[in-house]
Amino acid sequence: MNTTTETLDLAALREAARGVRLDVLDMTARMGGHPTSCFSTVEILLVLYLGGVLRYRPREPDWPERDRFILSKGHAAPALYAVLARAGYFPLSDLAKFRCRDSPYHGHPKHNLSIGVEVTSGSLGQGLSFGLGSVLAGRLARRDYRVYVLLGDGECDEGQVWEAAMASAHFKADTLTAIIDYNKYQQTGPIEREMALEPLADKWRAFGWHVQEADGHDMAALNRSLGCARAVKGQPQVVIAHTTKGKGVSFMETDYTFHARSPSGAQLEQAREEIRNADR
Amino acid sequence: MRIGERAGLKPGTRQMRDAFGLALLEAARADTRIVALDGDLSSSTGMAGMRKELPERFFNIGIAEANLVGVSAGLAANGFIPFVGSLPSFLLPNAYDQLRLQVAIAGLNVKLLGSHAGISTGREGPTSMSIEDLALVGGMPTFSILVPSDEHAMAAAVKAAVAHEGPVYIRSSRGEFPQVYGVAPGGRPCAVSVGGSNLLRDGPDVTIAACGLMTGTALDAAAMLADEGIQARVLDMISVKPIDRAAVVAAAQETGALVAAEEHLVRGGLGAAIAQAVAETHPVPLRFIGIRDTYLESAAVEELLERHHLTAADIAQAAREAIRAKGRL
Repeated sequence: MNTTTETLDLAALREAARGVRLDVLDMTARMGGHPTSCFSTVEILLVLYLGGVLRYRPREPDWPERDRFILSKGHAAPALYAVLARAGYFPLSDLAKFRCRDSPYHGHPKHNLSIGVEVTSGSLGQGLSFGLGSVLAGRLARRDYRVYVLLGDGECDEGQVWEAAMASAHFKADTLTAIIDYNKYQQTGPIEREMALEPLADKWRAFGWHVQEADGHDMAALNRSLGCARAVKGQPQVVIAHTTKGKGVSFMETDYTFHARSPSGAQLEQAREEIRNADR
Repeated sequence: MRIGERAGLKPGTRQMRDAFGLALLEAARADTRIVALDGDLSSSTGMAGMRKELPERFFNIGIAEANLVGVSAGLAANGFIPFVGSLPSFLLPNAYDQLRLQVAIAGLNVKLLGSHAGISTGREGPTSMSIEDLALVGGMPTFSILVPSDEHAMAAAVKAAVAHEGPVYIRSSRGEFPQVYGVAPGGRPCAVSVGGSNLLRDGPDVTIAACGLMTGTALDAAAMLADEGIQARVLDMISVKPIDRAAVVAAAQETGALVAAEEHLVRGGLGAAIAQAVAETHPVPLRFIGIRDTYLESAAVEELLERHHLTAADIAQAAREAIRAKGRL
């Protein structure tokens, strides 16, 4: 079921990462969205869906035993759609329908199992609670699926995240793994300047969680951390994934004002070029 | 005089919250999908029975309403029917974002129990008193709202909420309500459905459309009016959203005047829904009994009803005014 680090096809995953970033760039340039918040999540999403971490059946999207992936930072919807398409939930050509009338690919995700979207998000801070509810449901129904929740770092400003963190430890939700996309920026600037999170790992530890830190763009490292998390009993686990906002495009990595806008013209072409040539 | 006495209603046999608790337990015994989620108020809301008898399906999520609603959505998305119990004055303002996103927009099958709604907290004061719950829940598409008028209606409302696929808010109160519906032979049948209402008394002169505690009061008002030769129709508007539009329009056409009565702000509750239905179809004089754009004070329930013009005499006076205004539109 779960792929060991040794058997991960890193070359194929890196190729998929380039494809996802190009799709995200295209979707957000055409229709708007949050490209840099997507770019920091790409390797996390890929290791989950194509790295053998999640159990799922795209042809049977409501398979009761499927692992649940919950995107709490809903503004990374384009990245989620680009990965779900590659996971087989719908054709890649559907990405052209992003934010279009009559399509299920809303600007922010809406609960719709037929396309693999578990949770409605877009207002931040809500996914971990939904994840805990999914864990309790699995316990009651005696199913052994796991629940993964991807949170943003700025999102951790929300009090509900810590309500859910407290409750998840209280209920010993050991089938719950949170991953934090710690890209160090929120909309208006650097996290530590706008609303300091550190010491982040200590905060989660104090709330009763098993804590690991990893390079969020190193898919082998992420896979190892998620493997360790699965072995933990009696407490929920968090992987703090250190990432780069705008990862893959040099001028977007250094300019947080690309949070809710995309490059255009010559910059757009430069971005495509950089992504195509990444990790080769 | 106690509410319902003039209309010959028997006093309630149990508090509304206890009626809810019994109905929930009965439903949960029969349906293993039902789970209770508590905001650390089960000893107040009536959910304590679930905790005692079916502890594996009872979760105290603590004093954290946003998380409470989020957890309920996760359970609902996985096939369970969560009943979330709290006080609406805490639950709705605290978790409105979560209710809107995770429950209403997602269209998930979550049921909310708002105990101690309206003025029933009395002496606890304005912070605990939810006089805007119907407006808040009513502001979310996909949500239905049931406001039971007595313990029998509460039992039926819980069943109706389970039968209805989608989000439902049930308004409950701390106290006992007079028995609008009798269980004895000759008692009125209590049908509760999302979108339904019950005709409690018929008459051609005016309609009083009420919900919750005000339904018993409306029957008292009808008895007062009858002493003057005015025959009022009384509708129990248990489903405040969606409203029983057919019954409201028929009342406008057949009685030519309506009074809406609720222990809630006049803005955004039952009266507003009735006004919209009537204005769009068959305009007739309308009067509104409810709380007028103010927060209430710590006092006994009876004192609050008196001070804020929520008595049978107030309803009867509004009915006389509405009747006098007929033909002037």
